Amino acid sequence: MIPDAFDYAEAHSIVEAVELLGHYRDDAKILAGGHSLIPLLRFRLAAPTVLIDISKVDELEYMHEADGALHIGAMTRESALDTSSLILERYPILHDTAMSIADPTVRNWATIGGNLAHADPANDHPATMLALNASIVITGPAGQRVIPVTEFFTDIAFETALQPDELLTEIRIPMPGERAGSAYVKLKRKIGDYAIIGVAACVELDTNGVVTQAGIALTNAAPYSIKARDAEQFLVGKSLDDATLHQVADLAAADAHPLSDGRGPAEYKQAMVRTLCVRALRLALARANGRDL
Amino acid sequence: MTTDAHPHRLGEAYKRKEDARFIRGQGNYVDDVQLPHMLYGDIVRSPYAHALITNIDISEAMKVPGVVAVVTGKDLEAAGLAWMPTLSADMEAVLAVDRVHFQMQEVAFVVATSRYAAADGVASVQVDYEPLPVVIDPQKALDPDAPLLRPDKAEKQPTNQIYHWETGDRAGTEAVFTDAEANGVVIKQDMFIPRIHPAPIETCGCVADYHAATGKLTVWLTSQAPHAHRTLFALVAGLPEHRIRIISPDVGGGFGNKVPIYPGYVCAVVASLKTGKPVKWIEDRSENLGSTGFARDYHIHAELAADKDGNVQGLRVHTLADHGAFDAAAQPTKFPAGLFHICTGSYDFKHAFVDVDAVHTNKAPGGIAYRCSFRVTEASYLIERMMDTLAHDIGKDPADLRLQNFIKPEAFPYRSALDWTYDSGNYEGALKLAMKNVDYAGLRREQAEKRARGELMGIGISSFTEIVGAGPGKHFDIAGIQMFDSCEIRVHPTGKVLARIGVQTQGQGHETTFSQIIAAELGLSPDDVDVEHGDTDTAPYGLGTYASRSTAVGGAATAIAARKVRDKAKKIAAYLLEASEDDLEWEPGRFYVKGAPTRGKTMQELAFAAYTNCPPFLEPGLEAVNYYDPPDLTYPFGSYICVVDIDRGTGEVHIRRFMAVDDCGTVINPMIVEGQVHGGLTQGLAPALYEELSYDEEGNIQGGNFQDYLIPTAVETPGWEIDRTVTPSPHHPIGAKGVGESPTVGAPQAIVNAVVDALAHVGVRHIDMPITPWKVWKILDEKGLTAD
Amino acid sequence: MSTHHISVTINGTVYEDDVDSRLLLVHWLRDSLHLVGTHIGCDTTSCGACTILVNGKAAKSCTMLAVQANGCQLSTVEGLEQNGQLHPMQEGFHQEHALQCGYCTPGMMMAGIALLQSNPHPTEEQIRIGISGNLCRCTGYVNIVKAIQYAAEKMQASEQVPLATAGAKEVGDDD
Repeated sequence: MIPDAFDYAEAHSIVEAVELLGHYRDDAKILAGGHSLIPLLRFRLAAPTVLIDISKVDELEYMHEADGALHIGAMTRESALDTSSLILERYPILHDTAMSIADPTVRNWATIGGNLAHADPANDHPATMLALNASIVITGPAGQRVIPVTEFFTDIAFETALQPDELLTEIRIPMPGERAGSAYVKLKRKIGDYAIIGVAACVELDTNGVVTQAGIALTNAAPYSIKARDAEQFLVGKSLDDATLHQVADLAAADAHPLSDGRGPAEYKQAMVRTLCVRALRLALARANGRDL
Repeated sequence: MTTDAHPHRLGEAYKRKEDARFIRGQGNYVDDVQLPHMLYGDIVRSPYAHALITNIDISEAMKVPGVVAVVTGKDLEAAGLAWMPTLSADMEAVLAVDRVHFQMQEVAFVVATSRYAAADGVASVQVDYEPLPVVIDPQKALDPDAPLLRPDKAEKQPTNQIYHWETGDRAGTEAVFTDAEANGVVIKQDMFIPRIHPAPIETCGCVADYHAATGKLTVWLTSQAPHAHRTLFALVAGLPEHRIRIISPDVGGGFGNKVPIYPGYVCAVVASLKTGKPVKWIEDRSENLGSTGFARDYHIHAELAADKDGNVQGLRVHTLADHGAFDAAAQPTKFPAGLFHICTGSYDFKHAFVDVDAVHTNKAPGGIAYRCSFRVTEASYLIERMMDTLAHDIGKDPADLRLQNFIKPEAFPYRSALDWTYDSGNYEGALKLAMKNVDYAGLRREQAEKRARGELMGIGISSFTEIVGAGPGKHFDIAGIQMFDSCEIRVHPTGKVLARIGVQTQGQGHETTFSQIIAAELGLSPDDVDVEHGDTDTAPYGLGTYASRSTAVGGAATAIAARKVRDKAKKIAAYLLEASEDDLEWEPGRFYVKGAPTRGKTMQELAFAAYTNCPPFLEPGLEAVNYYDPPDLTYPFGSYICVVDIDRGTGEVHIRRFMAVDDCGTVINPMIVEGQVHGGLTQGLAPALYEELSYDEEGNIQGGNFQDYLIPTAVETPGWEIDRTVTPSPHHPIGAKGVGESPTVGAPQAIVNAVVDALAHVGVRHIDMPITPWKVWKILDEKGLTAD
Repeated sequence: MSTHHISVTINGTVYEDDVDSRLLLVHWLRDSLHLVGTHIGCDTTSCGACTILVNGKAAKSCTMLAVQANGCQLSTVEGLEQNGQLHPMQEGFHQEHALQCGYCTPGMMMAGIALLQSNPHPTEEQIRIGISGNLCRCTGYVNIVKAIQYAAEKMQASEQVPLATAGAKEVGDDD
């Protein structure tokens, strides 16, 4: 309930944040939205010596399309994703994902960068980014590096490619094609809960309705987020008819190895990967065709 | 809030008087109490479910800046306070001395100058444990080779079984079953009602303030029963009762959670006695869920005998009750299983037999709570499930089966096969109203159509009978104190009223409803009547608020005290009007002479006269007190109908509609009654689909915080539909029965019945709560009913 | 452990204080400033009893540090009533019987106010989602929804009710 003692420092620029990280390294934790970190501190499950508050780093809060990609600053709040018409129209999967996190009050403060950097396997954005084939921009003392999101996460919970003196500063998402649709479907015990299973699906179609690109990823189907590559590859070059839908869902489920816990038995979760994959793809397809379900 | 002049009657939706402070954030809850030099307490808790304590080292904790003292079990032992009696005649550890019995059990109490220092102190206390084998399964606790969990009472109780209790006519019931097995129908069903927790949004806590100079101990306490707590503190701690003052200020929800005395309270009192300073102890949510009074945890085996037409004949119930490490259940002492034997419900059973075996396990102690009316939730659940199961088995509509078997209105007062005398009821009226409101026949047609298309829709009924208002002193006591209740009314010279009551609101609106009772009796505005409670120095002795007893017992005392005031006022009127009392008539607010209505005196005039022109044969002043020993319990009832649709892909249950018809007798304030029903239904929905507190094999609690203990939000909660019938209680002064717990009692089975009904056509007979999506999905999968 | 000087405007009054880094905002409000209208109901950021507004946005004050509030404008339940006039949300809660024990009420009202600021005409579904971060055990939410609808109507009928501004205070000024 009450945290252990720690120091607190405020950064006002990316440079300052990186400097502070370079100074404190593993003794520091970044305080962004704080809605994953502070609960951990209150239960004394984390014991940093210092918190580096980056919420005053204005240069980290932005959202715009440029150079063929959507650029989202790491400090962008989930509530901004909730209400952005750009996101709703062109990246509905991000709207779905943000809206599925916690509750509206928490979303005023929780950040997309924090959701990714914290790398809780139960978090929702990792799967979405894997499905979107996003890139992560990391800033360190030597400057920026950009890596595909597939290289950002490992198969170990709470672990990322970030070095102790590095900051996640931007997320880049490829702009959708002419006929693109995406969706995130999350099954949960009650609103605001972590996923029993979540499925992120993105499709791009050609003028004949044949899939040219597919992204499918799973939340909480394993101790890390899974990119369902076999399912994705199977889908490319096919139409999303019912038979294909079910085959794709089977392939995605084959990649899943969920554990039994308070959110359900493994057998159930496994089946839900299949069910939600079908639902996510149906919704993505509808959106690609300019409709909603 | 306006003062108006016209007299008010019962049944008005008077806006609440207590709102004024709450909407301004000016409530006074225990954690709001701040006193000079106040210290803070925090508790070291066991991570093990069952272990020996081999060493406690407080030296590091004592070095933490701000830590003033660390109290251990050994310290309390020296003062004879390491153990304390429970409300169920068991003993419970205050601080563990050499053994812990459940995860989260209290082991040491750190006292410090700030909350933060106390928390640091707790983190620095070092306790060495030697783990012992853990018993979680109550059935296994009964195995002959099970470890003995309570060696402290080995002499009196050599096994883990706490008691065996039975009631009813065993032989007569057996005969009925034998007959039914041959010529009728016998339904058998196992039902597990899992452990849940009342979890009011305000956790438990206290501020204990002992003044050495005066010897007075004041304790601000989250208490549903301040007087009982005062007496218990006096008995347990050996302090003089007239120098103990318990103040239950504003309480943020109780639901039974704030009836027991918890170790934290005792430790805070001890710490205050020791330091001479006020000591505040407020638990956090994980502590609340993990260590305070849980509810349910009943393993039920029920059997019902009926004839071939579905007329019920006999009921036989065996229950295994899991009380956790200590039997700290809060109930009247003569009823170790509470009022569980109301389980013949609304139906005319001629024979019944119930027995309960209670057992210890390595879990938190308890457990009667969560708006249950002393196990009536369990009882009503089992009978309503059995009636539905019978209906499905013999192919009868569940509504028809109920109507056929209801106790008829002419039969009241009705003596049940398990010896309860129901005061009044009109079960058919409530069910028919509910059926009409939902167009029951239309719903059944819709269900048939949907079923033909493979859609899963279910309709569930619950026609419950409640038993509340404990109770007649001859049979009902809490820790020996008879369960009467009280009201003291003082009318001031200017005709304004200050009343004090012995019950204790935790949100039920007593400041408004009890002022309405008095206002109706005296012909005043509720705004002229202020009601106080919760301070044991000023309020008359009462047994508090739980088990829906406030209106039933406290409300009766209030009406009678008000009538005493009116009787005295009549004497004063007769004197002033120079008439005999027999010649006086009463209209709300005024006595007047028969046949000469202009010759009268208002209550205000009479109140003034009581102080200024009092008849020489009367004492001056105008006040009265009543201690009410109820002649009987009251029996609110109702019928609920729930409509669900099941998602064949995920197994999720969606409640499309829920119609609640309640009958609580005379309604004092319909707005407040509806609010109680809304809230109670939500606490009935919660265990049906969401809430569960379980333990793994090692005794680690699962669901011990609000992330995993799934309290419904506004999104999960349907828009409840409310209606009512009114069947007054013949023995209650204003005919009221109480309603607070009816919806929690009646709702879960309506939902469970609906889900089972949706799947009955494929042979499903029962699903245990909480009905999670995966439980439903597993059935769909087995029956080949899954879809996308 | 480090101490920081903070200057925070709450309901229009400026409060200056020196606080430990780890001091939670809700504890600073309640224990240091005696603003006890904001309540604590859980330890997992789930119940919303601690909801206030920070720079106009709903925030769970148990999941913020007091230092994070430095330079910010806070609104708490104590600031809703102005010059003896209740805020439409307070009125709505009273008129619609949307409170029983009152413990979740301050947080619930602040969440309702935040919702109406961003969505002045919410549907019932949007209201229920809007308060999904606030738990109530007493009311079953039916009347809370009605109260928020009442406030929405009232706030549309008159002008948007601004929350309090102006004034300064050092912590310890009038203890």
